[in-house]
Amino acid sequence: MSSADLRDLYQQVIMDHNKKPRNFHEMSNANHMAHGNNPLCGDALVVYVKLNAGVIEDLSFQGSGCAISVASASLMTEALKGKTLEEAEYLYQQVHNQMTGEEFDASSLGKLEVLSGVKEFPARVKCATLSWHTMHTAMDNDHDVSVTTE
Amino acid sequence: MSLLDLTAIRNDFPILHQEIYGQPLVYLDNAASSQKPVQVIDAVSDYYRNDNANVHRGVHRLSQRATDAYEGARSKVRGFVNAKSDKEIVFVRGATEAVNLIAQSFVRPMLSAGDEILISHMEHHANIVPWQMLCEQTGARLKVIPMTQVGELDLSGLENLLTERTKIMAIGHVSNALGTVNPVKEMIEKAHAKGIPVLVDGAQAVPHMMVDVQDLDCDFYVFSGHKMFAPTGIGAMYGKQALLEEMPPWQGGGDMILSVSFDHTQYNELPYKFEAGTPNISGAIGLGAAIDYMQYIGIEKIAQHEHDLLVSATEKVSDLAGVRIIGTAQNKASVLSFMIDGVHPHDVGTIFDQQGVAIRTGHHCAQPVMQFFGIPATARASFAFYNTMEEVDALVDGIKKVQELFA
Repeated sequence: MSSADLRDLYQQVIMDHNKKPRNFHEMSNANHMAHGNNPLCGDALVVYVKLNAGVIEDLSFQGSGCAISVASASLMTEALKGKTLEEAEYLYQQVHNQMTGEEFDASSLGKLEVLSGVKEFPARVKCATLSWHTMHTAMDNDHDVSVTTE
Repeated sequence: MSLLDLTAIRNDFPILHQEIYGQPLVYLDNAASSQKPVQVIDAVSDYYRNDNANVHRGVHRLSQRATDAYEGARSKVRGFVNAKSDKEIVFVRGATEAVNLIAQSFVRPMLSAGDEILISHMEHHANIVPWQMLCEQTGARLKVIPMTQVGELDLSGLENLLTERTKIMAIGHVSNALGTVNPVKEMIEKAHAKGIPVLVDGAQAVPHMMVDVQDLDCDFYVFSGHKMFAPTGIGAMYGKQALLEEMPPWQGGGDMILSVSFDHTQYNELPYKFEAGTPNISGAIGLGAAIDYMQYIGIEKIAQHEHDLLVSATEKVSDLAGVRIIGTAQNKASVLSFMIDGVHPHDVGTIFDQQGVAIRTGHHCAQPVMQFFGIPATARASFAFYNTMEEVDALVDGIKKVQELFA
């Protein structure tokens, strides 16, 4: 039985963030936002950002998806609040590399390390990266745009 | 006690005898694509080993053998759906291509702005999008037969939906997302009473039940091979001969012509008019072998065994707390779609996979059905005749495992 692997994917932190997602709300005064969709599984979320002088002052999301995509989005909002754009970009790269099996800076990840289990489940990598891609797209645009992963 | 000798049947399917993460494979994703018996695999490989050549051309021996095998497969398809003539059977890539062919070649020439195309709420995207494209091209309007909460078509307003502007009614025989078997025969009668032709998408019906196009009196019936134990990339379109005769070809090329000059091209007779280019010869032969295999097992027995599996699975899953079955029509085939409270279907799919159980999770290319039930996706188990009661238990154990992990 491969329950050990499943427990690596569905760690307590992930289950907790899935049940009680943080920063899970609309943001009326956001100045960046983007829609993220995974048409294959129906995951759909919106990421809202309030950017002030190159710093992420506030970050939130809304939508529906599997445990992995919701937890990843929730963890992301916690990790990036208060970060500069450069710091956010760096973390985006590290998270992405962690899940796709490339080299990454483990010391930078903190709690985001719980997403490492995803790399053993290739079909689920897109669930975990959806919110990050959406955040990345939102930062690059000051109007609402859409991004899809499939 | 099963009607079928499942040990012998399963021995015909080499792919079933493997382990996934150390667990025996339990394949319950048949509505997406079915597995292939060794008889089909061998028919395809024997063709390439012994008979491969182009069809309908050349006087040499291999070309003749390839043509005989290809046309032999067409006769098997004719018998399988009880069409009157081999001329009424056109080989296509699959049901999707057939719907597009009918939309463009049969419906488009008679369509004006404001005309109507009638489909149902439970169609697969393959029986929605080609019509939407046609509506964009012509200004016609798409109308939709509604659905009830149990996942049956609400036919109370059908008379009103069939109007003098309706140019075709295109409906699924069996819903891929819900398993509902639609009363297509009665619906066809109602449409014909108003002179409206009917296309039936049989992709999810032919693997599970007897289909008789003359008894249904449908004008077109389309299906894919890969869902009925044949290779991918082959399918068939049945059309009434009189309608096919009148339709223009939809693709031009070799094999669909009698003569070509720069001034004039004379099209070939049925069914070759619709088979431009070298066809999927090996696929057609594989489809013929799949039909032979299903008939050897016995389609009535297949239907009965699958019914027993579905009834047992439905009972056992209904007994579990926190699980909701999506699609509870009276008359169903093969499909059990479900939601586990508090767990997204995608997570369900991963946890099942870890136990060696292959199910489909997602919107099943039927997003309007998902929107109707207000859900993003479902988990779907779908049965074929090689599935066993033990595999039904594996499905139930899988659900329990998900609930345990997400407790």
